[in-house]
Amino acid sequence: MMPAGLQRTLLTLAGAAVAVLLAVAVSSVAILAAGASPVTALEAMFDFGDTQNQVVNAIAFILNRAVPLFIAGLAVAIGFRMNLFNIGVEGQYRLAAIVAAFVGSQFVLPAPIQLTVIVVVAMLVGGLYALIPAVLKVTRGVNEVIATIMLNYIATNIAAFLVRGPFTGERAAGQLTISTPELPESAWFPNLNFLFEMFGLPAPRSGLWGFLAVAVLLGVVVWVVLERTRFGFEVKASGLSASAALASGVNPKRMVISAMVLSGAVAGLIGLPEILGRTHSYGSNFTAGLGFLGIAVALLGRNKPVGIAVAALLFGFLDRAAAPLQFADIPPSVVAIIQGTIVLMVVIANEITNRMSLRHEERRAARQLAATPSQAKTEVAA
Amino acid sequence: MSTSSDTPATVPPAVELDGITKRFPGVVANHDIRMTIRAGSVHAIVGENGAGKSTLMKILYGMQRPDEGRIRINGEDVAFRTPSDAIAAGIGMVHQHFMLADNLTVLENIVLGSEPGKGGILDTAGARSRITRLGESHGLRVDPDRLVEDLGVGDRQRVEILKVLYRGARILILDEPTAVLVPQEVEELFANLRDLKDQGFTVIFISHKLDEVLSIADAITVIRRGTTVASVDPGSVTARQLAELMVGSELPTPETRESTVTDRVVLDVRDVTVRGTAGRPLLSDVTLSVHAGEVVGIAGVEGNGQTELIEVIMGLLPFDEGRILLGEEDITTWSTLRRREAGIGYIPEDRHRQGLLLEASLWENRVLGHQTRKPARKGIWVNRAASRKDTERIVREYDVRTPGIDTLALALSGGNQQKLIVGREMSGEPRFLIAAHPTRGVDIGAQSAIWDHLRTARAGGLAVLLISADLDELIGLSDNLYVIYGGRMVARLDPGQVTPEKLGGYMTGAIAEERS
Repeated sequence: MMPAGLQRTLLTLAGAAVAVLLAVAVSSVAILAAGASPVTALEAMFDFGDTQNQVVNAIAFILNRAVPLFIAGLAVAIGFRMNLFNIGVEGQYRLAAIVAAFVGSQFVLPAPIQLTVIVVVAMLVGGLYALIPAVLKVTRGVNEVIATIMLNYIATNIAAFLVRGPFTGERAAGQLTISTPELPESAWFPNLNFLFEMFGLPAPRSGLWGFLAVAVLLGVVVWVVLERTRFGFEVKASGLSASAALASGVNPKRMVISAMVLSGAVAGLIGLPEILGRTHSYGSNFTAGLGFLGIAVALLGRNKPVGIAVAALLFGFLDRAAAPLQFADIPPSVVAIIQGTIVLMVVIANEITNRMSLRHEERRAARQLAATPSQAKTEVAA
Repeated sequence: MSTSSDTPATVPPAVELDGITKRFPGVVANHDIRMTIRAGSVHAIVGENGAGKSTLMKILYGMQRPDEGRIRINGEDVAFRTPSDAIAAGIGMVHQHFMLADNLTVLENIVLGSEPGKGGILDTAGARSRITRLGESHGLRVDPDRLVEDLGVGDRQRVEILKVLYRGARILILDEPTAVLVPQEVEELFANLRDLKDQGFTVIFISHKLDEVLSIADAITVIRRGTTVASVDPGSVTARQLAELMVGSELPTPETRESTVTDRVVLDVRDVTVRGTAGRPLLSDVTLSVHAGEVVGIAGVEGNGQTELIEVIMGLLPFDEGRILLGEEDITTWSTLRRREAGIGYIPEDRHRQGLLLEASLWENRVLGHQTRKPARKGIWVNRAASRKDTERIVREYDVRTPGIDTLALALSGGNQQKLIVGREMSGEPRFLIAAHPTRGVDIGAQSAIWDHLRTARAGGLAVLLISADLDELIGLSDNLYVIYGGRMVARLDPGQVTPEKLGGYMTGAIAEERS
């Protein structure tokens, strides 16, 4: 008989697949309503271009988009695992990004050290900013959802002020945006274009961001921490039953603080792929909204690193589709509709598959026990 | 198989069940249930916890539909879809857990759901006179204008019965009506039931307290493992024979007579007071000590401070005054974790709330509460291999019936969940164990196994604080018995001398404070 764990996983996968199909169906209605053909839309989405160059660029775009989404999903998931809703990932990563970009531009050290310093600063800022709602929750019982939402506004505006004021760099003639001073070359994260070149393909125009490697490593570390360590066990226990965790000696206050800070520290990394890989500074056109998308990605990925990676890739794929859809005369907002419906469907599917697998588990146990009554009886007699 | 099938043909039986079968995933529900209940009688249905009594009653009350079988009420076939159908057929149910709104009056509670109206306005006067009439004719006197929250347990039960009568029920189902009553209140209830019977009502009385069943019932049906195994006449069986029919094997008894009490104090609670937010303190000046090899029982009606006492000892509830010592050490300021690490085991009163992660595997539940100790821990890691191995040991030694240790805890029956918890809490050589309702909601087989484990551990020098609502369990297992009432220890009794009646007197505050 199939192991219980594998069966649960398969059921989850089936649920997710059905959810995506349903979402495509719902979106088709939206596309029809917009006066276009769903088939054309699907073709456009899967059309990566005709030349090798175009295909490579498309793939690099998807991966580059998926990396920060994956990190954002991880950050949110750490909190979600114990029913802690860190809606403040958005503020945490923006503040972390600008401080790290500025600090990194102020000195020049060998690349490994320079990059490490920037990463550490980003994690520190993100973690410390997440410490505020955690402390408020633990000492004053302030709901972390409200606190983090408010702190998002504050962080966004602090970042806007910093980039204009104390952290502003020299603006090149004719440049419209303002930004922090450019990072020295030792802080430019080497790209992974060789992955394409290895197969004799051309290098993508934008480059495949090297932070992808960091993200993969981060995913593994987060998985190990959550699934294998004592801390991860306490996070899981707190999430499954706060009262049972408390009675078992898990300190809920400590758990809130450490999970929140860890979530914030991971959130601090969200902006770095872009800054270290392409822009080399924090500018006024820095990508916003990744923190909120991270919530959707985490939900989609069921708070598990592998699931989050798949979800991030899916979102990257859909984001890339915005441009070709426009060429096919289909409103690119269709992509947003698809993303929205997918998240909604997956949340519903998760709920259903979860219940199904729990019920299935009960039945399975009952069946297996019923199959060995003679053994049970001898045990009683003995 | 039925001895009551020779009922006179003139009056059709009030209830006839013919081959009722109900299947649930993972549960022995009902299988081929057959019984005939004579009109105007008290018919008891007995069986151990989980035998299928409650499911059967839910079927009879329209809350569940049988997969197979026929129900006849007063000779007519019926098929209930909802409880309203059952009520319309004259069936009323008094639930084990009262379903009353505390902040409404008795009158409001009784009419709730079938409010008498006059042009959209509640006809209070009409309802009051009807309730008073009903109460007087059945000897169920309750002041209709009192708030339910001010009533005692016995009065609340009378309100529940009145509510059912108010809706015109002629067949009353009482699900474990005496579970929450002390002996004196049980006598009153029985007087009421006899009254009802004399007036032609049919009472279906569900219980597993056999002495009570023998004293009230006119006929008894025994249910075991979801099916009817015997119909007996209460005049011709003893409680012991009845119990053996119920269990199908030899009976366990909780007796532990040879004393293993030492003079070494393991847990010492001194003058602990918890003021709480309301006016009355939750615990006041509670002092007790538990010695190695001793079981100290706490008797009390639920809600008199037992929960607070447990939480204070576990470090889950801060207290205002007093000290707690474990051995020589003052643990007053220790965290729950440190107390557990120091050797306090905890079988919680609500295993789903405090004892288990239902959606986690058995071996993960083995880690719970032991996450900082061997074998569950290895530095910063959870030692999965060792935890799994030790879970297998618990499954074996404590006879936890499960397909495997990767099964989720929720798939196990209550008794097996409890055996897992007992096994876990006995691991790591605890010095002191809190056992709160350790056999609540478990079947008799598991009950005797758990009692055995407690006895063995006690003989090995474990100090046990036993909190239970089962007076037989308390009297049978304890070396020393305290009674808690209103947050105070009102009596210390010798379980060898005390009777359930006397204990009941202390528990309800009927006998004033005294220390023997």
